[in-house]
Amino acid sequence: MNTVERLIHMANQIATNLATDDAPVAAVADHIQQFWDPRMKMLIFAHGTDGLSPVAAAAIKQLADAQNGA
Amino acid sequence: MTYQPQKDFGTPESRSNEAVSLTIDGRNVTVPAGTSVMRAAAEQGTSIPKLCATDSVKSYGSCRLCLVEIDGRKGTPASCTTPVEPGMVVHTQTPHLAKLRKGVMELYISDHPLDCLTCAANGDCELQDQAGAVGLRDVRYDVQSTHLGQEKDHSNPYFDFDPSKCIACSRCIRACDEVQGTLALTMEGRGWDSKISAGLASDNFLESECVSCGACVQACPTATLVEKKVVEVGTPERSVVTTCAYCGVGCTFRAEMRGEQLVRMVPYKDGKANRGHSCVKGRFAWGYAQHQERILKPMIRASISDPWREVEWDEAFAYTASELKRISDKYGRNALGGITSSRCTNEETFLVQKLVRAGFGNNNVDTCARVCHSPTGYGLKTTFGTSAGTQDFDSVEDSDVILIIGANPTDGHPVFASRMKRRLRGQDGRPGAKLIVIDPRRTDIVRSPRIEAQHHLPLRPGTNVAVLTAMAHVIVTEGLVDEAFIRERCDWDEFSHWAEFVSQARNSPENLQPVTLVDAQELRAAARLYATGGNGAIYYGLGVTEHSQGSSTVMAIANLAMATGNIGRRGVGVNPLRGQNNVQGACDMGSFPHELPGYRHISDGDTRLLFENDWGVTLDSEPGLRIPNMLDAAVDGVFKALYCQGEDILQSDPNTAHVSAGLAAMECVIVHDLFLNETANYAHIFLPGSTFLEKNGTFTNAERRIQPVRKVMTPMNGLEDWEVTQRLAQAMGLDWNYSHPSEIMDEIARLTPTFAGVSFARLDEAGSLQWPVTEDAPDGSPIMHIDGFVRGKGKFVVTDYVPTDEKTGPRFPLLLTTGRILSQYNVGAQTRRTDNVAWHPEDLLEIHPVDAEDRGIKSGDWVKLASRAGETTLRATVTDRVAPGVVYTTFHHAVTQANVVTTDYSDWATNCPEYKVTAVQISASNGPTEWQEEYEALSARSRRVETGVPAE
Ligand code: SF4
Ligand code: SF4
Ligand code: SF4
Ligand code: FES
Repeated sequence: MNTVERLIHMANQIATNLATDDAPVAAVADHIQQFWDPRMKMLIFAHGTDGLSPVAAAAIKQLADAQNGA
Repeated sequence: MTYQPQKDFGTPESRSNEAVSLTIDGRNVTVPAGTSVMRAAAEQGTSIPKLCATDSVKSYGSCRLCLVEIDGRKGTPASCTTPVEPGMVVHTQTPHLAKLRKGVMELYISDHPLDCLTCAANGDCELQDQAGAVGLRDVRYDVQSTHLGQEKDHSNPYFDFDPSKCIACSRCIRACDEVQGTLALTMEGRGWDSKISAGLASDNFLESECVSCGACVQACPTATLVEKKVVEVGTPERSVVTTCAYCGVGCTFRAEMRGEQLVRMVPYKDGKANRGHSCVKGRFAWGYAQHQERILKPMIRASISDPWREVEWDEAFAYTASELKRISDKYGRNALGGITSSRCTNEETFLVQKLVRAGFGNNNVDTCARVCHSPTGYGLKTTFGTSAGTQDFDSVEDSDVILIIGANPTDGHPVFASRMKRRLRGQDGRPGAKLIVIDPRRTDIVRSPRIEAQHHLPLRPGTNVAVLTAMAHVIVTEGLVDEAFIRERCDWDEFSHWAEFVSQARNSPENLQPVTLVDAQELRAAARLYATGGNGAIYYGLGVTEHSQGSSTVMAIANLAMATGNIGRRGVGVNPLRGQNNVQGACDMGSFPHELPGYRHISDGDTRLLFENDWGVTLDSEPGLRIPNMLDAAVDGVFKALYCQGEDILQSDPNTAHVSAGLAAMECVIVHDLFLNETANYAHIFLPGSTFLEKNGTFTNAERRIQPVRKVMTPMNGLEDWEVTQRLAQAMGLDWNYSHPSEIMDEIARLTPTFAGVSFARLDEAGSLQWPVTEDAPDGSPIMHIDGFVRGKGKFVVTDYVPTDEKTGPRFPLLLTTGRILSQYNVGAQTRRTDNVAWHPEDLLEIHPVDAEDRGIKSGDWVKLASRAGETTLRATVTDRVAPGVVYTTFHHAVTQANVVTTDYSDWATNCPEYKVTAVQISASNGPTEWQEEYEALSARSRRVETGVPAE
């Protein structure tokens, strides 16, 4: 696994485990915001949503948009 | 302090609340009901002669030396077996008693060798003292006794057994039974012939069940059981109280010294974690501190293919600082990072994270707790609001049901296990607590002398969450929840949501049995017992955390405790058993890349400001890299320098090939350690470390207990570890001027609300303090969440079982799980350099007879262990401790390199590696793999020091 593949795996794993949360997308976004360093976030934003589960993809998109908006 | 033995009150303390007053030798004394006359006398400063009594074990009344006279009573009762009564009038010294005692002593001495002057215990022998105390001057019997001149047993590497000196007082037997709980010793023969035996007549101590805890040695009043070190160096002349540096129990010891030489480590009776007990590691395995392989001078080299060059400290610091600056200038500040150690003190850890945040200018700091208990931090913080266990160790005395999941306390946390076993056996007519063990392996505690678990659920590795959810299903659907507790203490909506989830038919034990392989009826019974059996306490270890759902499992445990109201008082709670001595402290000190000391997120502006003002720097508000992320970034070529204090990530972290690739890609790896460890094979700078005997500071154990570590000898390398970090920071231009670790603690207290009341002075006074230590709780907090959860309302979190991505298949049909054993510690860097190798010379692979037969493997055979990540070889042992389909090994030895086969799957929330589940295949083999051979060669090359003589 290279780093981006690993990040995709991690994001999907987080999404699977937070699937039962009331607001899974927000929970996944919050988790990644809190625990990933800036480069990891940057790498996955640059990669896009390929290979991500729907919840993970939505969360990444939400984070990327927030970052671009800021 | 000049040498004085610890005070012995003769019999154990009584826990009664009722007070009884009596008169002893004309003086009034008040003691708790149930106290012996002997102890009452000792408490008022009167020592009654005694031989068979000691306060670590129940009295036995065999020696008849402690006789007293009591007004209104006939005869001369033994004071050790006579409980006090109100108004009793006791005389301990009368002519009649003196005569009787002399007679008793005379008998003993007539059968004892009279070589006091050359005896190792001379000056530290109770028999000698008591002969003096009773005024024995001559012996009328003909000395031709039967048991002199017997052969000594030298088999144990740390203590000798000389049966000729035995007075058959049975203190050792009782210590082994009551204190340690191993029941290894028996008395053979009678009268003059009686002899202590470690099991079978043919057995010596080493071959016996004995686990070398030292309790019998401690209890023995003569030189019969005596430390080899005392024989070698002589008796100690002073002592210093300090804390064991091995495991998370955090036993308090007296380091008993002769000059600067350590004679022995003796468990300290006033130690609140251990109450006078110890295990083989803390008690005996400290020889590594003086081991010849210790590196005492700093060393540097430009490339890892060069030999090391020894330099002076000044050059080492200047070179290190210039390398870090060069890399920061070239690749940017985020190319630097640091790893703190759970083996180091709080003060050292605090400084390393401060160096990274304030000096390197980023948050790339992590700790080896990443690979063990990071899910505990995440899980307990989410559910309860604080990243720590809820109880003190004493709490177990009030438990009625003990649930152990993913922990092997008799091996991993032996001294606490002894206390737990004492509670499980029951005492003084009080029935023992019930025991539930959830573990793929039949650990020792499942069935040990006078203990039998009510339920052992041997689950398939990786299905913890499914088992706990099934237990919750039973508790909710059978109406066993503690509704009053939940309504008062927890968020009811969250509870309802969770209860609805666990009640679903898909979560029933019957439905999950095919996944977990746990018998549904057995699981139902275990769940009922936990919910209804009285005070229920959960203890868990790395078998919970080191999984892809480690954090979920911790939360599932917290859910169970809240649902049954088992939180917030003695006897209950959720208790992580921490691996290394200062895992709790390392986490508390802000070693994680996303949080500052005291578990406050780095994005929290107010907290950041507090630190910024104190440190005079600006802090980065973004979380930094965790260890596995650092290695990924290194392989990507953007992470270039690592300061690694007291950790051996190459051996301890998963997927060795990936770790070595990451390390090899860095330009500056700084290893700060005692020995040239495995990581040092890839290092460019080696800064020698100091042992726990050579420095001041504090460790925090698994009960949140902050305990002093005291310097008993000068550091052989010249500097304490905190000084090394400070000198490095100074070389990098930081204005640090601590003159003592107490000043570092003052800074921690100033910046961390839960440590507000902690200082070295307070610790000296109290012995130890359990955080939070605040204005409201100036003496600390043995039990947490008493009136409410730290986070307000307890939070139920739905934890859905998600199978791991590590799957068995035709190529890798078996599941490997890893663990540890009593005599070795972690990667073994210390214990392998002691005589503890007598018990564990190599890592063995446990395999079930059926799986072994399928592959034609017998115990002792070399086998190849292969996974998708790599392969290694080691020897097999065939046993039904493991279930069919499961194999097990330890990772204490570098040559085995068990982590060559572990994968880099990890916990979803924290990246804690999934050590406990790897799909593997086993086959017969006739020797080391190519990897092992290449690695041997690399290590040999890498350890060359320029003098021409290899360092190892
Ligand atoms: S060392 Fe410990 S286990 Fe061994 S015989 Fe003595 S008390 Fe028992
Ligand atoms: S070995 Fe020591 S403690 Fe044990 S019976 Fe003999 S004298 Fe007593
Ligand atoms: S290793 Fe653990 S149990 Fe053993 S003496 Fe040290 S702190 Fe106590
Ligand atoms: S000390 Fe009381 S009988 Fe031995």
